[in-house]
Amino acid sequence: MTLLDDFMVRAILAGIGVAIAAAPLGSLVVWRRMVYFGDATAHAAILGVALSLAFGFSIFAGVVSVALAMAITVTLLSRRTYTMDLLLGVLSYSALAFGLVAVSFLSGVRIDLMAYLFGDILAVSRNDLLVIWVGALVVVGLIAYRWKALLIATLSEELAFSNNIDPRREQLILTLTLAVTVALAIKVVGALLIVALLIIPATAARPLSKTPEAMALIAGIIGIGSALLGLGFAYILDTPAGPSIVCVAAICFFVTSLFGIIFAQR
Amino acid sequence: MSLVALDGLSVAYGSNVVLRDVSLSVNPGEIVTIVGPNGSGKTTLFRAIIGSKNAASGTVTRRNDLRIGYVPQKLNFGSTLPITVARFLRIQKNVSRSLSTQAMQNAGIAHLADKQVSDLSGGQFQRVMLANALLRKPNLLLLDEATQGLDQPGSADFYRQIQRVREETGCAIVMISHDLHVVMSATDRVICLNGHICCEGAPEIIKSDPQYMALFGPETGRELALYRHDHVHDENCNHDS
Repeated sequence: MTLLDDFMVRAILAGIGVAIAAAPLGSLVVWRRMVYFGDATAHAAILGVALSLAFGFSIFAGVVSVALAMAITVTLLSRRTYTMDLLLGVLSYSALAFGLVAVSFLSGVRIDLMAYLFGDILAVSRNDLLVIWVGALVVVGLIAYRWKALLIATLSEELAFSNNIDPRREQLILTLTLAVTVALAIKVVGALLIVALLIIPATAARPLSKTPEAMALIAGIIGIGSALLGLGFAYILDTPAGPSIVCVAAICFFVTSLFGIIFAQR
Repeated sequence: MSLVALDGLSVAYGSNVVLRDVSLSVNPGEIVTIVGPNGSGKTTLFRAIIGSKNAASGTVTRRNDLRIGYVPQKLNFGSTLPITVARFLRIQKNVSRSLSTQAMQNAGIAHLADKQVSDLSGGQFQRVMLANALLRKPNLLLLDEATQGLDQPGSADFYRQIQRVREETGCAIVMISHDLHVVMSATDRVICLNGHICCEGAPEIIKSDPQYMALFGPETGRELALYRHDHVHDENCNHDS
């Protein structure tokens, strides 16, 4: 497969893979107001990277487990005294700070911290690509399988229960797919911009959508388009690739929002 | 056998006990109305019946074939989730396109099919939620303050629709309500809740119960006088039919 030898082709395929997983998940994150939850999970990923490097297991496994641990901690603590935004803020920045400190202890390993904070999509290996695509298909498959239940649980907990659906189980599925997606996307856009990749294409798709399915689909198209254009800009203008992808998505958001406002006023 | 029976049920959120020692049962085909001030545990009682909130003590017994149709007061999402009425009505299991189209026609909401759920008026929203609940072919319908935000004719109309639902499907109906006088004419049994069951019985008995008076104050008395006037009228009509 000589085609995959080209770093640009691998970068494009990685970007598309992550965009596909991010579209339905990002839509659910937006609908369920889980943006800060996503942020906390993503920030925890840095700690996961540090632990993986220190103990020599795969970055993917390290990030998924720490992200899950973070999600479970949030869920357990949320029944206590603190409000949700406060709790998520505290945990999110704590995880980031602990992660950064933990990385600094790894003096023996020369690691490029910037690559994990802002991504290094141009350095995606064939192996990374395999992990990203398998992971993305698992995420999309799982969400598609539970789609109806996830939607009902999002609309109303009581409506879910009266349909014999346990919203807590659906929440768990979302948490799991979120942790996996964070681990997939860290190489592409880095821990600090992962949530942007989840929510910006989905929000940009909102004014153009009439049904939940349409929104997830259009988010996917915007996400893939952003990956392609962003990488193009990065190549031509020599800008950082991950942030360039997010910039294109953000421009899509402004354009569709404007479209939504103009259209709504007619 | 009753559809659902609560026996000595207590429910708590943390250390805050919201319901104490509540026992009640709902029989097939009856209309029960739950009234009570804010914070009296009405919604919690619904959650216990649905099973979304576990009992701290006591039991909830549901008949094996219990199918609950739930009419929520509102949904959790804002306008971030795009969903048309037609799509919403297919959100539950085993609802085909033709079944949901049929349901929209029956409920007189076919013209709303392409409208966003978040753009519906209060009355339209309630009709859509009711149509959705009925798609499950429930034998127990739960209505959570279904007429909040509706004006007097609007809510009277809604209750007439509820009555019709019972006549047509024979399902039992439990509703939480604040419209005391309207509700009373449309119900078999009233349960007055304030953390525990203060009093319960037929509307005519409840309205003269001192506990009920104490809970709802003299304001209610005036409304009830009005209601009583209406009710006698209603009753005569009902006897004919």
